[in-house]
Amino acid sequence: MTATLAPPVTSSDAPPRPRRRRGRQGRLAAVLLLPAAVVVFGVVLYPVVRTGIVSFFEVNSATPVTTPFVGLRNYHDIVNNHEFWATLERTLYFTIVSTGLELSLGMGLALLLNAPLRARWVFRAIVILPWALPTVVNGAMWRGVLNAQYGSLNAALTQLHIIGSYHSWLGSPWGALNMVILADVWKTTPLVAFFLLTGLQSIPAEIYESARVDGAGVVRMFRSITVPLLIPSISIVLILRTIDAFKVFDLVYVLTRGGPANGTQTIAYFTYVQAFSDQRFGYGSALADVIVACILVLSAVYLRALRRTEMSLL
Amino acid sequence: MNSLSPTRRQVLVGGLAAGTALALPACSVTGTKAKKGGKGSGTGTLQALFMQQAGYSTKDVTAMVNAFHSANADIKVTPTFVTYEALHDKIVSAAVAGTYDVVLIDVIWPAEFASKSIIADITSRYPANWTSTMLGGALATAEYQDKQYGVPWGMDTKFFYYNKTMLTKAGVDAASLDTWEGVLAAAKAMKSKGVIKYPLAWSWSQAEALMCDYTQLLGAFGGTFLDGSGKLTINQGGGVEALKWMRQTIVDGLTNPASTTFLEAEVEKTLNNGQAAMGINWTYYLGTSNDSSGSKVVGQMAVQQTPSGPGGKRPGCNGAMALSIAQGSKNQDAAWKLIDFISSEQQLDQYAKDALPIWKKSYATSSVVQSAPATFAAAGKQLDDLILRPQIANYNGISQVIQVELQKALLGKKSAQAALDDAVKTATPLMA
Repeated sequence: MTATLAPPVTSSDAPPRPRRRRGRQGRLAAVLLLPAAVVVFGVVLYPVVRTGIVSFFEVNSATPVTTPFVGLRNYHDIVNNHEFWATLERTLYFTIVSTGLELSLGMGLALLLNAPLRARWVFRAIVILPWALPTVVNGAMWRGVLNAQYGSLNAALTQLHIIGSYHSWLGSPWGALNMVILADVWKTTPLVAFFLLTGLQSIPAEIYESARVDGAGVVRMFRSITVPLLIPSISIVLILRTIDAFKVFDLVYVLTRGGPANGTQTIAYFTYVQAFSDQRFGYGSALADVIVACILVLSAVYLRALRRTEMSLL
Repeated sequence: MNSLSPTRRQVLVGGLAAGTALALPACSVTGTKAKKGGKGSGTGTLQALFMQQAGYSTKDVTAMVNAFHSANADIKVTPTFVTYEALHDKIVSAAVAGTYDVVLIDVIWPAEFASKSIIADITSRYPANWTSTMLGGALATAEYQDKQYGVPWGMDTKFFYYNKTMLTKAGVDAASLDTWEGVLAAAKAMKSKGVIKYPLAWSWSQAEALMCDYTQLLGAFGGTFLDGSGKLTINQGGGVEALKWMRQTIVDGLTNPASTTFLEAEVEKTLNNGQAAMGINWTYYLGTSNDSSGSKVVGQMAVQQTPSGPGGKRPGCNGAMALSIAQGSKNQDAAWKLIDFISSEQQLDQYAKDALPIWKKSYATSSVVQSAPATFAAAGKQLDDLILRPQIANYNGISQVIQVELQKALLGKKSAQAALDDAVKTATPLMA
């Protein structure tokens, strides 16, 4: 069928001719969109709404017999739970430190990978390997590396005479949390680096040349050219990594199972334990909704802070 | 834009409304109904969930299942193995889907699973003679409110293991290890003579393993979990003494400080690598210490009954497990056939050195006893005196609270008394 321009529609009572074609296309569009709609509504919207509903009831079993309505009591219990606030604090610390480290190391890595080196493709291939590991495998691997009796980190550091004797890296709550951050940063920095690399590659070289002609040094060029032009990439990375870091679960589950003394218990792990282990599904659903609210707040903060008139993301 | 096509806001609101409309009229708040089980035809496929550590090994279970297949051609069993730490949550999350027909449960879970209708009541299936042929201590394993919810499978308790070679090197007499005081003295001697840096290794990670160790020491120091009215009493008497003793061994450098990250598997590896001289562990451990493929101390480990505390008490932690039929299983008759077969005396006797049999006769059968003579000698004394962890529906939640506080005390963040007081305070509302 030849493509003919439909006459511009100026009012709501436009002639029926273009609407018939659009109607047929509309039905085709609806049919093609149906699978996606099923996925979005079934896998995303339905559980979200169901979780919201369950959070207002007391559901104490996977196969409950009675589910009394308790209104906002679950939320009230969350706010009054000292453990919840401690967990939230820990999760915020994990998110901020982990994302900050990933961003700075990722930026450095991206600048290096952008440099005109000979075998650049080799370095890029090697660098992507940590990110290719499944998170569970990553956790199990770091568990072995950080083992107090026979871990390779202890072996390497003692042989380099950096520490005197084997140290129990996962033995103290604070140390274990920082080790979880280390495992997460090691795995995810390549992803951040590649995001920033694509942003770097889209910056035209002429800008740097003219800056150099004007006498700008490396640091000045980085501060005034690279960073502002990378704002969209940085925003994407920050939001993605913040959301992911806030939700971290599998790494904690495999590496430390929340211990020692709940030192690595993040909010997602706490929710899992409450909902699935202790079978407090109402309370767990309320916790899940609280996590979503926290992430929304964090994302809104970022998007606000990173807004520039020409280079903003939204 | 054509005003007939919906705006973004309209789509969003419409979608949410549709989602809510779908969600609300469902039969229950959670949108699920408890799966109704059925007896089934006594044939077909069975999904069975087992554990992959301590107790009967994966090899043992596979051999038992193969023997079952030979005896029952019309039933096919597909076993799944998970670590103990994952077992509880897997049973809970699979309960709604009805994935498994037969599940392996721990002695601490019948109250929770029975009250939440996750496992089926099988009192009527129990043959009458089992009350006299089964070990007394085993019979209560899966009992809740006078009903049976499982068949005991793998009696287990933590024995005391020590390295004979290291003991001789330090000039310590094995007979002195009969009390915890003697164990401490032996450890001090071994450390001062330079035989080994950290003589003791324990499973004090934030997991149920910590509760097992604490339970055994709590019993030795004369403490109790609950008083007559069901209130927690771990912050009094023996409960506090045991925790103080545990912390002191770390402070004195007798216990490997990494023990707070160990599970039983790490204690096993540490002992087998000759990096510890003494420790408590389940029945299976002695066999692994004599396995030359993984152990550097073949033939050096000895087993004995758990040492006694100041008051002379020495109960062993009851770590038995049981096989249950899932409430939602549609094939309960076939599931019973499997459970009956693999818990029979003939099957369990073959693997007696990995977990203790539940039948009285096994302990009198010489071929069984000879398969692990040292273990059976210790078991004969220890199985008569076992200490149970509280049999309450929310034991899982309470255990987690106590584990965290025990860890805080062991890591030196709180005094033993303060930690246990906080544990009782936080756990008491969860007991309802």
